[in-house]
Amino acid sequence: MRKHFFGPLLLMTILLIDPVSDLLNFQIKKNAGGEAENAGLKLPAGFKASAILDSIGKARHLVVTKKGALYVKLSKLVNGKGILYIKDTDADGKIDDIKSFGNYIGTGITIKDGFLYTSSNDEIFRYKLDENEEVINPDLPEKLITGLINGRQHNTKSLVLDDKGNIYVNIGSPSNSCQEIDRGAGSKGKDPCPILDSAGGIWQFRADKLNQTYKDGVRYATGLRNVMGLDWNFQVNELFVIQHGRDQLDMFPEYFTAEQNAEVPAEEMFMIKKGANCGWPYCYFDVQQNKKVLAPEYGGDGKKTTRCEGVEQPIVAFPAHVAPNALLFYTGNMFPEKYKNGAFIAFHGSWNRSPEKQEGYYVAFVPFKDGKPNGPWEIFADGFAGVETVMTPKQAIHRPCGLALGPDGALYVSDDVKGTIYKIIYKNN
Amino acid sequence: MKRVTFFLPVCMMILMTFNMSTAIDKATMDRGKKVYTQYCMACHQVDGSGVPGLNPPLEKTPHVLGSKTKLIRIILNGMDTHEEIDGETYTNVMAPHNHLTDQQIADVLTYVRNSFGNKAIVITPGDVKYVRARTK
Repeated sequence: MRKHFFGPLLLMTILLIDPVSDLLNFQIKKNAGGEAENAGLKLPAGFKASAILDSIGKARHLVVTKKGALYVKLSKLVNGKGILYIKDTDADGKIDDIKSFGNYIGTGITIKDGFLYTSSNDEIFRYKLDENEEVINPDLPEKLITGLINGRQHNTKSLVLDDKGNIYVNIGSPSNSCQEIDRGAGSKGKDPCPILDSAGGIWQFRADKLNQTYKDGVRYATGLRNVMGLDWNFQVNELFVIQHGRDQLDMFPEYFTAEQNAEVPAEEMFMIKKGANCGWPYCYFDVQQNKKVLAPEYGGDGKKTTRCEGVEQPIVAFPAHVAPNALLFYTGNMFPEKYKNGAFIAFHGSWNRSPEKQEGYYVAFVPFKDGKPNGPWEIFADGFAGVETVMTPKQAIHRPCGLALGPDGALYVSDDVKGTIYKIIYKNN
Repeated sequence: MKRVTFFLPVCMMILMTFNMSTAIDKATMDRGKKVYTQYCMACHQVDGSGVPGLNPPLEKTPHVLGSKTKLIRIILNGMDTHEEIDGETYTNVMAPHNHLTDQQIADVLTYVRNSFGNKAIVITPGDVKYVRARTK
């Protein structure tokens, strides 16, 4: 009888002093995803997925160290912190340690040449790493760039670096289509669009210079409404980006129905060279006509192409509104040859497709050869939403947001709804 | 007698309020739904659930169920305040919808206040007219 009483008590005591549960109240699932096969994801044959973590907060972009630990950027503070450092200290394949630092929210995070680079919604920081790629002083980052436009709408600052000491930062337009009244029915576009002076493009800064502002940077590419997914392709040494295309064509009901808005304006992927103009807000890419057309805010009727000659053409056009939140070139060695140097894209999923059902909520893949797409894009990992049909975004249980490559070639995907981290591996047996 | 004359109007007001909140005529709801579908649904969604992080939900939020004046002003002026609603913030801008008529605004707000699990008293065209005249 006594045994029955003390047994649970002892267990509770152990749980209470367990160092894991002491860690900032994060939930560490010892066998997360163990119940559902592949953590509920649908994958091509030979691939396996597991949810290595969940409930860590609004997990945006993430990066994996050479030792297999993860840094995850959060868009809402958890216990006052906005960056998580997650690892498996005893290398048993299960996460057992989570630390956090950085008192700012944001999306961008990456590692390059001994530094961790992170962004808030208006500044860029870096932290020196030790030989294990652990942050040496989490409380004292260097501030690289400050004073970037933070217009709330499209305010995340995704970032990537090249091999020449440059950092590329997305500065999204705080607007849908540069109208006099943003998202106002029938409102005309401002002409020229003044937003493009300080946003709606990719800016290039130095990766090692402190306290840079706009005057220290270069507008590397313009006419990009908002870019969350960007990556440097080291095969061809060029920047690749994928744009969140425009919303609400049906603010001009004389030209567009809600159904047309749901299908027409592409999410465009570009290879960017310095000085590129990708067309926003004057032009958008029509998926059905397979060309750039003039936006209705600037006199377009769905057919006119004036002002769109000479603007950058997409190398891949994805369906409307599916929201590309991350881009990653696969340079690992675990996946089959087909995937080598190809592009993975995390689609957060749409909201602006009503009355049609919402789309996206998957990770897509585009095969590449010599820096160019060499086949149609395909859905790689699906089922994040957890429901067959998503009519409204809130119905989606998980939404892919960030992508990262592990040192073993595994692909990591973050989810900013439930705070789940997925690890996808290939096992050819 | 004095007491009765005092309480009678009060009772009637309570009764009227009660009536309005329980039995909103179908025609008003139908007209409200039509306005909602055309001007609101894209962002706030068919079930009023909004878009997490972008467009606020309309389900039992203080803005929808609270002050009629404040709610009418949101329609007339739009909203770009980035304030927290039940612990979350929303980044998209709502454009002013002052081109809608008093009747359309009254209908759509009555519809929203009595759909998606909400229950609140009607908003009349007179309410909208009053607020519009005092809003700049």
